[in-house]
Amino acid sequence: MARKSHVQTTINGETVEFLCEPRQSLLEVLRDELYLTGAKEGCNNGNCGACSVILDGRLVNSCLVLGVETDGQNVETIEGLAEPEKLHPIQDAFLENAALQCGICTPGFIMSAKALLDQNPKPTEHEVRYWLAGNLCRCTGYDKIVRAVLDAAEAM
Amino acid sequence: MSEKKDYKVIGTRPIRHDGVDKVTGRAIYGADFQITGLLHGRVLRSPHAHANIVSIDTTRAEALPGVKGVVTAQDLPTAEDKMADLGEGAVNLKYLCDNIFASDKALYKGHAIAAVAATNPHIAEEACTLIDVEYEVLPPVLEVREAMEQDAPILHENLRTSSLGETSDEPSNVASHIQFKKGDIDKGFADADVVIDREFVTGTVHQGYIEPHNATAHYNQDGHLTVWCSTQGAFTVREQLAEILQYPISKIKVVPLEIGGGFGGKINVYIKPVAALLAKKTGKPVKVLMNRADVFEGTGPTPASYITVKMGVKNDGKITAAQTGMYFEAGAYPGSPVGAGAMCIFAPYNIENVLIDGYDIVVNKPKTAPYRAPGATNAAFGSETVIDELAETLDIDPLEMRLMNGAKEGDHRSDGPVYPRIGFIETLEAAKEHPHYGSENGKKHHGRGIASGFWFNIGLESSVTISVNPDGTVNLVEGSTDIGGTRASIAMQAAEVLGIPAESVNPTVVDTNSIGYTAVTGGSRTTYATGYAAYEAAQDVVKQMIGRAAKLWDADESNVQFADGEFSSINGKEEQISFRDLSSRLGETGGPVVGRATMNPAGAGGAFATHVVDVTVDEDTGKVEILRYTATQDAGKAIHPSYVEGQIQGGVVQGIGWALNEEYIYNDEGTMTNASFLDYRMPTCLDLPMIDTIIVEVPNPGHPYGVRGVGEVPIVPPPAAIANAIYDAIGIRMTELPMSPDRLLKAMGKI
Repeated sequence: MARKSHVQTTINGETVEFLCEPRQSLLEVLRDELYLTGAKEGCNNGNCGACSVILDGRLVNSCLVLGVETDGQNVETIEGLAEPEKLHPIQDAFLENAALQCGICTPGFIMSAKALLDQNPKPTEHEVRYWLAGNLCRCTGYDKIVRAVLDAAEAM
Repeated sequence: MSEKKDYKVIGTRPIRHDGVDKVTGRAIYGADFQITGLLHGRVLRSPHAHANIVSIDTTRAEALPGVKGVVTAQDLPTAEDKMADLGEGAVNLKYLCDNIFASDKALYKGHAIAAVAATNPHIAEEACTLIDVEYEVLPPVLEVREAMEQDAPILHENLRTSSLGETSDEPSNVASHIQFKKGDIDKGFADADVVIDREFVTGTVHQGYIEPHNATAHYNQDGHLTVWCSTQGAFTVREQLAEILQYPISKIKVVPLEIGGGFGGKINVYIKPVAALLAKKTGKPVKVLMNRADVFEGTGPTPASYITVKMGVKNDGKITAAQTGMYFEAGAYPGSPVGAGAMCIFAPYNIENVLIDGYDIVVNKPKTAPYRAPGATNAAFGSETVIDELAETLDIDPLEMRLMNGAKEGDHRSDGPVYPRIGFIETLEAAKEHPHYGSENGKKHHGRGIASGFWFNIGLESSVTISVNPDGTVNLVEGSTDIGGTRASIAMQAAEVLGIPAESVNPTVVDTNSIGYTAVTGGSRTTYATGYAAYEAAQDVVKQMIGRAAKLWDADESNVQFADGEFSSINGKEEQISFRDLSSRLGETGGPVVGRATMNPAGAGGAFATHVVDVTVDEDTGKVEILRYTATQDAGKAIHPSYVEGQIQGGVVQGIGWALNEEYIYNDEGTMTNASFLDYRMPTCLDLPMIDTIIVEVPNPGHPYGVRGVGEVPIVPPPAAIANAIYDAIGIRMTELPMSPDRLLKAMGKI
């Protein structure tokens, strides 16, 4: 086993320090070391988007980023999105639109949608579909997810 | 059934009870579970599709620092060829155990051979590479027609064909042959003016849930085994564990955590017994997670099939005869859903003469598992394509052809049952009246197709308890996995009875020690049967509360009535008290009120769907694009319409994936060459338009609110509807799934 590295990063606005092996992905670190289990493992090779987080303002699959790479960087995860007594408008829109069934892909979709709306606040339906094509959902057929993101854009 | 139509809760769209947990990342799914002292398990899988296992040596793996235990089939109690009843029909226990760990033979690439528990998952994975297995590789057989040939490699030397009550003498890959007969098939074809006879092939596809299988197990020193996992049914996990481990059911507790999709694929156990064996061996809790390749290669796909369909029709459009041979791959062990497919194939139509033969055939692929209306999608691809061709031959509108022959109340399904009130015709009429069906569709390479589908739905056992809180809310306890919003649809049925808002019901899904037996979330049964139990448990609450009101007013119970959330006295003094106010006075009237109900309802009521799809075919690439999709479906009564729409939309899109892209692609050695989400191409949102849904409500007489299960039937029509649309676009009948670009190009003669 390789010696663990000390990493200092910012997660959801808080400075966080952790030890991790060089081979551990950011997803593993979030889930197994920091118990931030909102990011999910669906494929562990960047194809499903269930582990989506925002790294220094950029949407990434956390399964494809090494934990040690995040030293000094800023990580946003699903756990940091809501305020203490108020959901983020994207979260509200997902609930209002019934845009989830089993919910396993939902944190990833919401983070992807946030990354989209951060840079394109009023996307068209096609732009939403293009942007979210990296996130797989097997339950909903995407209809209500796309509507939720368009509604959230309206509300924000 | 209730005549009441002015529902207060049913038919509304409240926010689901588990919604906030699921949009904030706080909901605990199986893999999220943590417990002190946890070890991590990994499974070693066979690299060969068909091989005798000569020896397994785990010495080197055990010696790796960090490894705490290794298990193989040797650690399972010796399974005999006996049948075990797991609540969903009998299964051969040896097959069940051999699918957990191969004992003598590996029967598919990905078949579990051994497993390691270690202090972290990477060490466990590394240790798997240090297990030395000697195989004697055998030729695999991967296709049903090849598996039936005389000289085909035999998977199970002791398997004999059970055919219509007879058993064959020779070993065979054909596990069983079933038959349904109605009328006189020869006469039916003799009466026909046009007869069409076609062959169809469908590929092996996976349920494709985003959450891989997971299990954490712990054996306490007192012998109590606890398993935390995601599953479609905690009680069926308990039963399977008891049988496989030969362990008393009373010592097993299964805790269902949130589940990330199942679609039928999370009923059978795979790694749950493995986690239990590792926990027993190490004395520590052990978590075992699959990766995506494990899921594709080691868990139930739904079968590929070869299907012949022959139908005869009079010139006026009346179908006189329908015959099919359905050859379904079972995977490595018997048990394909050919029976269900046979029940569904001609079910939408009232046909006088029918002959259905179904064959369950083992091949060197993972043992198949249910997938949303199992068997019915394969079947409808054949039957609904032939009906389209018959309509075209007779120059009859395909929707009119279906209206002319559609099954109604009192008609006999070809496998026996007589239909109660059903809503097939209504789905056709809704499709006919929808602007989509009447719209223009004349562009080059654009086509429109329709198809219908049937799923019978099931009832089975459900238990619910409801306890009343002093503030007029209630806590509802149930045993049904919530896979897509059923906490809401069950709670809403209780709320309707109690005259309280949906938000005043707190639904909780609990473990196997905490509620009465509840069958799996499957068969489109949960909103129907567990909802029915919630309705009855709420009625029990009302009955008890009437007693409390009577006590309060010193009246006779028969003089207290309950309506719209208010208890009131009749005959005598005018008294009134709301459900909420009476809830605060339970202490002074006799103590807590807990309502309960257990159900095993028989009247699930069948579900029908009719879909209309527009496609365009790219002549140069062979790619089919879905331009517009409209799905009509009889839901009986939609409790929460948003989640009914969601079930329809999700089912349609799985059907589109099955139709256009999804398949297990094998090489000659029997290795799946596309075991990732990159190469096993499920639809993304960029591949799709919005999916329009039309909910038809023909109440099911077998449920107090008229509910029919809705989850499964929407996957049934899409492949046939799309095939019919492709024909309309380019004039070529596609008879093989998926209708992927390469098959389209071949069919168009381009490659």
